[in-house]
Order: sequence, then C-alpha cells, then structure tokens
Amino acid sequence: MIYLQLFYNFCKIGLFSIGGGYAVLPLMQQVIVDKMGWITMEQFSDVITISQMTPGPIALNAASFVGIQVAGAMGTVQGILGAAIATAGCIFPSFVIVLFVAYMYYKYRSLSVIDGLLYGIRPAVVSLIASAGVGIVIMALFTDSVISFKSLDYVAVALFAVSLALFRIFKKKLNPIYVILASGLAGIVVYSLI
Amino acid sequence: MKTKLGLYFKLFISTFVLSAFTFGGGYVIVPLMRKKFVDKYGWIEEEEMLDLVAISQSCPGAIAVNASVLVGYRVAGVFGSFLCVLGTALPPLIILSVISFFYDAFRSNVYVGYALRGMQAGVAAVIADVVYGMAKNIVKNKKVIQILVMIAAFVAAYFFDISVMLILVICAALGLVFGRGKTKQ
Repeated sequence: MIYLQLFYNFCKIGLFSIGGGYAVLPLMQQVIVDKMGWITMEQFSDVITISQMTPGPIALNAASFVGIQVAGAMGTVQGILGAAIATAGCIFPSFVIVLFVAYMYYKYRSLSVIDGLLYGIRPAVVSLIASAGVGIVIMALFTDSVISFKSLDYVAVALFAVSLALFRIFKKKLNPIYVILASGLAGIVVYSLI
Repeated sequence: MKTKLGLYFKLFISTFVLSAFTFGGGYVIVPLMRKKFVDKYGWIEEEEMLDLVAISQSCPGAIAVNASVLVGYRVAGVFGSFLCVLGTALPPLIILSVISFFYDAFRSNVYVGYALRGMQAGVAAVIADVVYGMAKNIVKNKKVIQILVMIAAFVAAYFFDISVMLILVICAALGLVFGRGKTKQ
C-alpha cells in the first residue's frame, strides 16, 4: 500500500530531522533516493533547487513532490492525496513531540534535558549536512555524477566558485535566492552559447 | 464564541500567509513570527518567544512547523496548534502540487535544464557556505567532545554509509552523558 509507505517513511524523516532546514537532506536522501528509490538523485537535486525558490520548509516541499511522483502515476487525484499523506507523515512526529515538550515547558519551565541532547546532536547535524552536501556538490559540478576530469563541468565550477565567494564576502546580508536565480540565468546564457 | 472563532481564524490566516510568502525556511520565518505574534498581536511575551524558538530548533522536524505548533498551543491550545500547522503546511503542498504536475514537461525543456544546472551550482554553494558557517561555530566553541563528535559523525555518514538515525541517536546519548547544562542558548 503506497499511501501507508509514504506516511511511514515521511514519519521517519520527520522524526529524525533535527535542526531544521538542510538537516533534513541526509536522511531524506537515504530514505527516498537510496532505499525506496522513489526519485532519482537528479530529481532529488531538482527538489532542493525548487525548494529554494518556493516558500515553505524543504521537508514539506519534498514530501509534496515525492508524494505526487510516487502516487500520481495513477492520476492526479491520487497524486494530491499522496502529497497530502506524505506531508501529514512528515508533520505528525513533530506535532506530537512538540506538543509534549510545550506541555512540559509550561509546567516546569526548564529545558535541561533538551540542552543535553542538543550538545551531542548539534555537531553531528553539521557533519550530516556536510555529508549530504558533498553529494550535491558532486552532482552540480560533474556531469552524470562521475568524478573525473573529463566530466568536470567548468561552467558549473565557475558559478559555484563565484556564488560561494559572494556568500563569504557579503555574509548574511545576501539573500541566497538572488544568487541562485542569477546562477540559473547565467546557466541559460552560457550553456546555450557553448 | 464569536471571539474564539475569530481567534482561530486569525491564527490560521497568520500562519498561512507567513508560510506562503516566506522564502528560506525556518531561520527566516521564526523572526517574522516573532514580529507578528509578539509585537503586533501581543499574544506571546518576548522572553517566552525566545524559549519557544529554542524548543522549535531542538525538536525533530521543520522549524517553521514546530514554531507553529508552539504558537498555536500557547494562544489557543491543541486545536490552535492544529490550525497553525495546517496553515503552515498548506502553501507548500499547493505550490509543489502545481509544480510537480508540470514537472515532466518542464524538465524536458532544454532551457529549463540549463537554468536548473546553473541553479544547482548556486544551491551547492549555499550548502557549502552553511556547512562552513556551522562547522566554524562548533570549532570556535572549543569543546573537544563536540569537535570529535563532528569529525566522527562525518566519517561514519560519508565513508561508512552508517544510518543517519543511528548516528543521531548515538550523538544524542553522548550529549546527555557529557553535555547536560553546558549549552548556552
């Protein structure tokens, strides 16, 4: 039953993505690309790119996209249902856990256990994002994700280097959306010309 | 009764609008929620909001979703939470459903392909920048255990392909043993 699988797997993703934003990437890749094979690495990379362009958390965007792609082959109504179920699965664990924590917080006003958990989780989250990030960088810089000189995409390398330099120079003042949009425009122009 | 319905409606609309027009996820939406619920409506105290943000960042799931659960619960109980989460979840669901519907036609267009290829390089740079910033913060704190955990977790995830869930559980346990009461928010 595809809906049950969607709900269960996105529950897992929701439950183990701690720290928000990009922290969801490694687990999502592991579950929906590697294990379930619901979307390809290329589609996964597209979802992340689209998520940067559209409002809302990456996890929810991905849940909707995957839900439709997986359940939608039968028709659009099923697709929307799939998207809704995947989204619900993704939210369900947070809803229960956060409500519980909120209840405890208003009762005791202390967060020391959470502090402890976070002490270990924070550095791990950095590494997990880095580990998924390496995959995305390889995907972006090499054609067909094969690491070799021959498949190195020089245009992408240049765009990557310029974008990264801009982020480092302007720090937090620069909205990533503009840089990503500019890279997209540059992509259209340069790839059309060569 | 009428005021209660009004409150529910206001909660739903506020989170729906915030979610529909906020690009960039949790780190952007939380300050905007604070502006709306603390400054504009006065539903939540300034200090309390800080704790709510800390809770949303430390619980599993998307920060924007967690913050909505908390704000909803604070203002109107469990049903309030439900409404806020619905408001936050609907916009991405609608937008991505539309995009996904056109995805195949969209993706096979050559120029769209070029644009996505270019944007991917930009996204890769965003992620590289985020990772660099986060790693620098951990190293700057000079907590040996945290730095070791960071290195070990990367090796485990990238080179040994160990399950993300297992890594998180182990690191959380290590944190409970070594780090209780040591973090500053």
